[in-house]
Amino acid sequence: MAASPFPGSEKGDAMILQVEGVSKRFGGLQALTRVTFDLPEGQILGLIGPNGAGKTTLFNVINGVYPSNEGRITFRGKDITGHRPYYLAREGIARTHQIVKPLNELSVRDNVMVGACFGREKKNLVEARKVADEVMEFVNLSVRADQLASSLNVAQKKRLEMARALAARPYLLLLDEVLAGLNPSEIDPMLETIRQVRAQGITIIMIEHVMHAVMNVSDRIIVLDYGQQIAEGTPAEIARNEKVIEAYLGDPRLAERLMERNR
Amino acid sequence: MNNWRNPGIWLILAAIVLVSLWPVFTQRPATREVIFTVLLSIALASSLNIILGYTGYVSFGHIVFFGLGGYVGLFLMSALGVSLWLAILAGGMAAALLAFLLGKAILRLRGAYFALATIGVNEAMRAFINNFKPFGGPIGISLNFGVYNDYGGATQALWLTYYTLIALTIAGILLSYLVKTSKFGLGLMAVREDEDAAEVMGVITPDAKTWAYVLSAVIPGMVGVLFYFKNGNIEPGDAFRLHFSIELLVMVMLGGFGTVLGPILGAAGYQRLRGFLLTSPLFKDIQLSVAGVLLLVIILFIPAGAVGWLRHRFPVLRKVMP
Repeated sequence: MAASPFPGSEKGDAMILQVEGVSKRFGGLQALTRVTFDLPEGQILGLIGPNGAGKTTLFNVINGVYPSNEGRITFRGKDITGHRPYYLAREGIARTHQIVKPLNELSVRDNVMVGACFGREKKNLVEARKVADEVMEFVNLSVRADQLASSLNVAQKKRLEMARALAARPYLLLLDEVLAGLNPSEIDPMLETIRQVRAQGITIIMIEHVMHAVMNVSDRIIVLDYGQQIAEGTPAEIARNEKVIEAYLGDPRLAERLMERNR
Repeated sequence: MNNWRNPGIWLILAAIVLVSLWPVFTQRPATREVIFTVLLSIALASSLNIILGYTGYVSFGHIVFFGLGGYVGLFLMSALGVSLWLAILAGGMAAALLAFLLGKAILRLRGAYFALATIGVNEAMRAFINNFKPFGGPIGISLNFGVYNDYGGATQALWLTYYTLIALTIAGILLSYLVKTSKFGLGLMAVREDEDAAEVMGVITPDAKTWAYVLSAVIPGMVGVLFYFKNGNIEPGDAFRLHFSIELLVMVMLGGFGTVLGPILGAAGYQRLRGFLLTSPLFKDIQLSVAGVLLLVIILFIPAGAVGWLRHRFPVLRKVMP
């Protein structure tokens, strides 16, 4: 117990997030089935799976957008199950959205200041402005600071999502497909940014379809399929896992068999 | 606070004071009455702008706070002999309390549902007061003429209400400006742009919306007392007229919602137009239809309003035009 930096943490090592048996149903649809994992502080956890597997739903349950139907989520030793998103933002969970949600009629700087003002450190306007300028520099948006957020292109809006989340100075960052829609020349800078964020000691969970990217930066990967956790392991283990190949990565032999039948 | 370094707000306040003092120098009651109406509209429109323009919630029944304030104030003055000043405070507090309770109840509704609920609230309040004996039911409350003697007679009382309205209007504009330039205001604008994103970023949206609603109700409640004190009586039919609420919406949209200057220009412009329409033989019976058409045209062609359009056209103005 003494080794744990978080009060109330059951395990001795530093688990920043513990998800235990979390399920979520939407009417008759079982979106998540008893998802369970522990996330050590400072790691990057990749979350992959086919479309509709429940990845974004898991994010929404972790950061309080949806209440879970069963299970328990512990963040830094505190039970956060069922808390609202603004409470969790203040506790130190920040996220980006797969479908970007810029505050269109506000400037890029104001967007980022919202993150700083209402996030974990609850800055006042003067401090928030400084934080915003630093973070915009970090994600390369400084030149756009005074433009309206609506005027940014997709890649810039993804970076704005990232900047807002970082301005909150979170302990845990949830990245929902920050690479989707970016072209190859934009992906590498974004990956570099993600590595730098981790280097600052921020724990990350990332949902990603760009396989080489997620294999490259993740310490561990969880694979979801129809709301079930079908595999968990290091990137190398996941790449060899047959269930994963069948459900998500694609099975070459199966494809061959289907081709033959059609002939 | 670098709030105060913006020249724009000082220019606005200086202009308001100059225009307001004009009838004081000329001592012409007719001009005073015209400007009284304009100031009243500015105070109400600037207040509505806090919930409509900054927070993005359309309140169709904002006049309910004006009417309720008037009722509470006149009741206190006529039944309990309370002074005008205390009555104004009480009117503001009653409006704020109503907004707080409503905020807890109906601000969880979004978009059109909230707008519909505010209409319902206005109609419910009218029906309630119509049957509420202490407030005189359908007859309303009339002030005994003797009340004005405490303020130096009827003529002096009229001037007094005028000065008080200038002060309340300036307070309303300052409140609007302070909200807009504060951290609280930044949270409100985040709610306006994307409420879900605001929640995820840590804005405690239920509280932010409720307090925005309360702040937008206080000045209408206080001004309501003043208006009906000057009027001498208040009736349910007059106090909760839905079309006043809609005219306020037109003013805010005309000038530019979400800006400090917008509702001021909108209120002044709309009252000018209304004055013209009411005296023109062609339009005098259909001036409200003109307001409706105006609202339609604004929303179709310049949804950002006059100030919004200018700011968009000349981005330099963003710095000086709050």
